This record gives sequence, C-alpha cells and structure tokens, in this order.
Amino acid sequence: MDWLTTVDHKKIAILYLWAGGLFFGIGGLEAILIRIQLIKPMNTFLDAQTFNELITMHGTTMIFLGVMPVIFALMNAVIPLQIGARDVAFPFLNALGFWTFLFGGILLNLSWIMGGAPDAGWTSYTPLSTTTYSATHGVDFYTIGLQIAGLGTLIGGINFLATIITMRAPGMSYMRMPMFAWTTFITSAIILFAFPAITVGLVLLTFDRILGANFFEVGGGGNPVLWQHIFWIFGHPEVYILILPAFGIISEVIPTFARKRLFGYSSMVFATILIAFLGFMVWAHHMFTTGLGPVANALFSVSTMLIAVPTGIKIFNWLFTMWGGQVRFTTPNLFAVGFIPTFTMGGVTGVMLASAPADFQFHDTYFVVAHFHYVIVGGLVLGLFAGLHYWWPKMFGRMLGEGLGKWTFWTFIIGFHMTFFVQHFLGLMGMQRRVFTYLPNQQFDLLNLISTIGAGLMGVGMLFFLANIFLTSRKPADAANDPWEDGRTLEWTIPSPPPEYNFKQTPLVRGIDAFWKEKTAGHKGMTPSEPVGSIHMPSATILPFLMSVGIFIAGLGFMFSRDTFSSEALSFLFNNYIVTGLGLLITFGSMLMRSLYDDHGWHIEPEELEGR
Amino acid sequence: MMKTWQAGKRLLPMTATLGLILAGCGREDLSVLRPQGPAAESSFDLMKLAITIMIVVLLIVFSIAAYVLIRFRRKPEQREIPEQVEGNFKLEVLWTVIPLILVVVLAVPTVRAVFAAGNDHSDDKNAIKVKVTGHQYWWEFEYTDYGVKTAQDLVIPAGKDIAFELSTADVLHSFWVPSLAGKMDTNPDGTINRFSFSAPNEGVYRGKCAELCGPSHGFMEFKVKSVSDAEFEQWLASMKSPAVLPEDPEIAAKFKSACLQCHAVGDQGIAMGPDLTGIGSRESVAGILLNDDTGVDGAPILDNLKTWLHDPQGVKPGNKMPDPKKDLGLTDEEIDGIAEYLAGYTLD
Ligand code: HEM
Ligand SMILES: [Cu+2]
Repeated sequence: MDWLTTVDHKKIAILYLWAGGLFFGIGGLEAILIRIQLIKPMNTFLDAQTFNELITMHGTTMIFLGVMPVIFALMNAVIPLQIGARDVAFPFLNALGFWTFLFGGILLNLSWIMGGAPDAGWTSYTPLSTTTYSATHGVDFYTIGLQIAGLGTLIGGINFLATIITMRAPGMSYMRMPMFAWTTFITSAIILFAFPAITVGLVLLTFDRILGANFFEVGGGGNPVLWQHIFWIFGHPEVYILILPAFGIISEVIPTFARKRLFGYSSMVFATILIAFLGFMVWAHHMFTTGLGPVANALFSVSTMLIAVPTGIKIFNWLFTMWGGQVRFTTPNLFAVGFIPTFTMGGVTGVMLASAPADFQFHDTYFVVAHFHYVIVGGLVLGLFAGLHYWWPKMFGRMLGEGLGKWTFWTFIIGFHMTFFVQHFLGLMGMQRRVFTYLPNQQFDLLNLISTIGAGLMGVGMLFFLANIFLTSRKPADAANDPWEDGRTLEWTIPSPPPEYNFKQTPLVRGIDAFWKEKTAGHKGMTPSEPVGSIHMPSATILPFLMSVGIFIAGLGFMFSRDTFSSEALSFLFNNYIVTGLGLLITFGSMLMRSLYDDHGWHIEPEELEGR
Repeated sequence: MMKTWQAGKRLLPMTATLGLILAGCGREDLSVLRPQGPAAESSFDLMKLAITIMIVVLLIVFSIAAYVLIRFRRKPEQREIPEQVEGNFKLEVLWTVIPLILVVVLAVPTVRAVFAAGNDHSDDKNAIKVKVTGHQYWWEFEYTDYGVKTAQDLVIPAGKDIAFELSTADVLHSFWVPSLAGKMDTNPDGTINRFSFSAPNEGVYRGKCAELCGPSHGFMEFKVKSVSDAEFEQWLASMKSPAVLPEDPEIAAKFKSACLQCHAVGDQGIAMGPDLTGIGSRESVAGILLNDDTGVDGAPILDNLKTWLHDPQGVKPGNKMPDPKKDLGLTDEEIDGIAEYLAGYTLD
C-alpha cells in the first residue's frame, strides 16, 4: 500500500526500476525467441505471424518500456540529490507519471493474451498497420498503450525540467551542475518537444483504425508517407532521449574512478545542447529510400553527419579525463570504460548510414540492426549498467557484489559483440531485416549461428546481474555515505539510502564537483546554506494510481467499442462507450477530488531531525 | 576543397585494400560487397571511403583508450590526488576540427552521388521502361513499351539502362537487388518512385523485398535475369505469342475455370495474380522455391510447382492465393496435371 501511494522520488525511482526490469525481461525473452528462430535457415521454431508479433513487441517494449523507465529510475533517484533538492518539483505528478507509464505498458502487453499482439513493426508503418492489413486488435493495443505510457513520459520530462530550473541548491549555477543533471535537463527538453509529435500520430492512427478516419488510408485519400514523417520527427529525437542520459552517467562515473574532474566540462555541455538541436533536424535520414528526392536526401545526409562532431568531442573528452588520472576498475567503471569503444563503433556506422547513396544499400538490412544495437545496447544499456552499479548503494544502502559484477560485465560485453558485430556483415551480404527465416546457401548460416550464441551469452550476463541483486538484497544495508570514496557530487554527502527529506540543511555549492571541492579543502561535509528548520513534505496519495487505472479502463473500453461480443451485456457496455465513460469518470473524479480537497502536506520538525 | 581532395587521396591505398578484403564477402549474385553494376558500384565506392575513414577514427580512439587504461591505472601506493585539469582549449578545438574535416571528406562525394542517383532515365529513349508493382508477396513487372507483363523474374538486356517506375498494390514494399543497386520503396499512387540501374554482365541476380509487408515478407524474393539483346528480343516475342493451354481438354477446362480467374497466360485470363506465361522457363516458383535440376539450390521445377499447388499457405504463409484443393475444388490428379503443364510451358 505504501508503494501505491508514495510520492517520494526515491521510492518512485525504485518503482520505475522494477517496472523497467519487468519489461526489459519480457523484451529480452522476446529477443531470445527471435534469435532462436534465426539460428538456422528455414527454421520452423516459430511461424511467420508469431515472429512478426515478436519483433514488433520486442522493439516497442525495449524502446518505450524497457530502457526508458530505467533511465527515469536513475533520474528520479539521483537528480534531486545531485542538485541538492528535497524532492522533485511536482511529487504528485511524478507518481502520476509512473502509474500512467506502468498501466500503458501493461495494456500493450495484454495484447499477447487478448487476441494477437501488434505485428506491423515497432514503427507501425501504414498501410500495414491499418485495419485492412492488420485486422486483429494488435495495433490498437500499440496505439493506445503507447499513448497512455507516453503521457507518463511527458509528465516525467516536464517535471524534471521544472525541478532542475527551480530547485537547484544555492550556488549551483547552470555551469556548476553535474553532467548527469545537464543531460537530464536536455533530455527532458527533447521529450517536451518530441512526444507531442508521436501523440498526434498515435491519435490519428487510432482514429483511422477505430473511427474509420482516412489520415493514412490510401483509398480515402490519406498519405502513408505522412505517418513516416510524424513517426520519425518523434522517433529520431527519441534516440537522443535514450542516449543523452547514458552520456551523463558516463560523465559521472569516469571522473569518479579516474579521480579527475571531467575534461572540458563546458564543451561537454555545449556538445550536449548541439546534439539535441541537431537531433531534431535529421529525422528524414530514416527515409532516404522512401523517395524524397535528391535535395532532401543531400540535406539530411549532411546534417546527420554533423552530429559526429559533438559526439566526437564527448568521446575525446572522456578519454582525456582519464589521461593523467588514477583509473580504478570497479564494476561501474568497467561498464563505463567498455561503453567508450563500443559506443564509438555504433557512432561510426551511424556516419556511414548518413551517406544516402550508401544507405540505399544499408537501409532495412541487418547492418542497420547492428548499428542501432551498438548504440542502444552497447551505448545505453552499458551506460545504464554503469549507473546502476554506481548508484545502487545510494538507492538501496547496499553495494552490489564486485565479483558477480565483473562476471556480468564480461559475459555481457563478449556476448554483445558476438551477437551484433557479425550482423554488419550479414546486412552487407544481402540479408534484409525483419525476415522470419531465410533460404539456405546464401552464406548467412554461420554468421546467424554465431549471433544466436552471442545472444545466449548476453542472457547469461543478465542472470549474473539478477543473482547479484538477489544476493545483495540479503546483506545488511550498511553502505557508507560515500561508498566509492571518491564521490564528487552532492548525492555522496548524505546517508545511503538518503532519509525521506534528503538534505537536513540545503547545502551551499561553491564550485563544480561541490563535494570534491570541500573534500580537497579538508572539510568533512558541505557547508549548509540554511539553519536546521521544519521541513515541508507532500502527503502520500492514492489518486495518481486511480487516475491511471481510469485511463487504462477507458483505453480498453475505447479499443473494443466497435466489437461484437458473444454476450449481449458486454456488447451493450462496450458499444455504447459505457466502459470508456466509466474509466474517464474514475480519472476525472480523481482529478476533481484532487482540486477540491486541499492537502497541505505535513512537516518534519527540527527535533525529529536531530533525533535520527 | 583542395584540402579535402588531398585527404581523400591519402585514404586511397587503404580504400583499395579494404575493397579487396570486402570483395571476399558473400555471393556474387547477392552481396552488396560484390557490386555487379554501376549503381551498386557507386554505393560501394562511398561505403569503402566511409569505412576507411571510420576505421581510422576507431584506431585512434582505441589506441588512446588502450594507452590511457594501461598507463593510468591506479597503483596501490598512490595516495596523492592527481592534478585536476579543467580542459585544454587547443586540444578541444583539435578534436572539433578534425571530425569536421572528415565529415567534409565524406559529405562532398556523398552529395555528388545523391544527385547522380537521382538520375532516373525516365525520358531516356534508349532505356527499357519497367513498371514494378509490389504485391503481398510477389512482384509484377510490366514492360510498358512492349505491352508485356510478367512476374517474379525480371528479364533485362545486359548493359541497357532500365528505368523503373515503382509502386505498390497494397502495403509498402521495397525493391532491392543488392548486387545491382540500392533499394527503393514502392509507395502507393501519388508518391511513385523512379530510379534506374543496369546490369552489364549477363547472369541471374537475387532480389529481395526490404520493407516489412506482412508474414511472408522474408519470402518476397525475385530474380533479375540479365541476358543478351538477342535473347531479350526473343523473350519479348515469345511472351507476346498466344497462350499455350494444356493438351488434355479436362485439365485445360479446370485450368481455365479455376486458375485463369486470377492468373493470365499469354492472351488468356486476367493478371490479377502473377502472370504465368512461360513459367517453365523461370528461375523459381513463387520467388523462393528455386528451380534447380541438380537439386543443390532447390528442386526441379515440376516438384516445386507441385509443392506450391498442394499447399500455397505452407510455402508462403499469408499469401493471397486460394488453396487449389480446398478452395478451388481440384483433385490431386488435376493439380499434378496442371503442374506438369506449367512445368512444360517454356519460352523458346
Ligand atoms: C489452381 C489454380 C492456380 C494455379 C495453378 C496457380 C499457380 C500459381 C503459381 C505457380 C504461383 C507462383 C507464381 C510464381 O511466383 O512464379 C502462384 C502465386 C500466386 N497466386 Fe496462384 N494459382 C492458381 C490459382 C490462384 C487464384 C484463384 C488466385 C487468386 C484468388 C491466385 C493468386 C495468387 C497469388 C496472389 C500468388 C502470389 C503468391 C505470392 O507469391 O505471395 N492463384 N499461383
Ligand atoms: Cu516485404
């Protein structure tokens, strides 16, 4: 119950983490099934329809439901601490964001047991995703599930923007903010601008499918290429929503374990902003073969290549952070160090793809599959592993085991390169992506076998990680405030895990890497910027949960509103939008409660603070 | 401009070596890395340049990383705190400018090639014009200047430019012959694409659909047959000659009533499904059952036709052809009879 009503950012972080873990596990199982099917030519392990559902759900789950919440988990756990705040700006909204996200994700996955998962690819290109060619409710689960989950993401993004703008501790100017706070800030800004595009797209597609509109329906004068533009205007920035937080994590972990401040901090900030900006200019590089014409292709080619410049700045800055430092190979740092070459490989293939005439060959082949997995798995997931191992003691008060951590790292990264490196060659040798099987004698067989074995090895790495979590959870929670000993930022100045109010006294920030600065000046902790006083806390509430349940019910109701059911009563309820109405009633009712009932929260008094 | 060209030139030896290594990868009739025509070659040249630049970048990053990680490990006796360096303006400018130069080196030939690839030969008198239509899950090729329609096997004269007009009858597909040219989507009316390629060497090339289009997307393959001018003319002539129907009148009747309501042979039937004229001379049945009497790459055409006609869904899940036995009411004998007739229906 505690967990259903919490508005504490640290608990919400843990909720995000478990939800992310759950969906990541589902997406991972889907991936393993896909790879088993492709282990040999003309395999009959899965049928074609199931395979298409699996690739669709694997992609959708991983992008929207697997890594996103883990990113949000880390942001929630760390950002308020890093900027010296007592919570996020809108704790109630924070909870609401989580629950809508979770219920959206559950709705999407219900499709597996409610008559067919979406099967038009995670990009849901029309007309394949229209009712004419995808007649089950699969794509409806996709549009409505993602709509609800996306709402949560948008809420989260806005919340972090507000938090970082308004709640930094005294002295923490923008140019003294830790890099992870910076990337969170920029990521949230991208969310703010990119998510409305997919929201509109999903609404239009829902209308086409459920209400018979003609936005994309060719027969009715709709334009299927329009969907591609809308999707990628969101979809490309989404890639940066994923990778920028990883950049932030790496920029925290490497300085800590090299015992040196981040090399070229201001160029890092500048590069991040530039990447975000360029990220909005390049969506059509996903559409070179759609036939946009040479002018568009040339422009989008060149603008895409330009992203290599700020990205290069970052990579060299990380390397030179370690130059002259004292590098320790702890598990988080292993992941961070493994990130650099792996992500660089994903980056260079990105530049290759940017060259439109070459992309005519790369596009929709396994070369592309290899590229984006290098970026997303080799970049983001390695980054998330680094971050999780790094901040685990802060989140849970327990250090993850170093031994198992190293096993996780080595099996995962070796498995990763085995799986995806060979796929570059598969693509170049003529294997297109999203094929449920392939004819023999095309020289695809051996490389596919290697790839599948690698995927298995990655799975083993995940098992090591799970074992590590399990064993760690049975140890006493006795991590020190600054368990890595070389912590540089504010989160390491308070206990692990932090008390509900985070900072007894808001700290005064006197420079970049505030805690390190105090430590090297011979101080034990931060100088407070205020006397000990009564701390205002928000009240726990069930309303965010209820609102999300309402939206969930409304979504299901809307989806089935045109169906005929075997039972008269059910048909009546759904066809007259009664279920939809009921769901909306719950949501709006909860909103009304929230507005009418004035909750002033509660206070923690100084005596109580000292009593601890 | 001068400078980029010089940088490009310096990369040439590596590009050449790389080309040689990569050319060992994959089948000649299928691999992007073994281009068999000018369009694929132009893509391949860019790829070689890009890969070369990228390998240089990777080598630099990898060696700095390796050096740093070995040289600056923390040693047990180290207690003093390393110097906290803020950054280095000159270095940072250096690694902003170098990537920028590399990008320019790649961008210039890219832009040039983009505009060259836009050259579609649609009003070239000497080009052969072919209208390609993607269907779930087969390919239709219409030679508009000759009034000939065929399916699955695209027959073209070697060395001639082929001007394509691509469209789809249902969902999006993507027309791709890796060893001859990059891919291009087939969009519905209103956003029709044009492009062109040529195949200087006679031979058979494997083509694929590269855009997810439903369950059998992976099976939506086709062949490009590049033949001599004389052979091409002859092929056109025999495609236009009147239909040859089964000799056995009963089989002929069945074939007409059951199959010709969707298929066409010569001047008979309607080509709603794949045109079957001269199917005995094709490289494959349904695009994926390869015809090969030696049995190495597939099976003899008669076997393939029987496989298909006895279970079209089993061969290509989700395809739109009715089951001859269950839906069209043919007996096994009739089906085998039709298969024999089709296998023998060759073009001379
Ligand atoms: C018993 C009569 C029929 C025969 C002998 C026959 C034969 C064939 C053959 C040999 C192919 C493969 C062509 C190739 O790709 O080389 C084919 C494919 C096809 N047929 Fe038929 N067919 C018959 C009836 C029909 C009917 C009545 C329809 C329409 C309702 C139809 C629709 C199709 C379609 C859509 C394909 C393409 C399948 C794909 O490759 O995805 N066929 N048929
Ligand atoms: Cu396809």
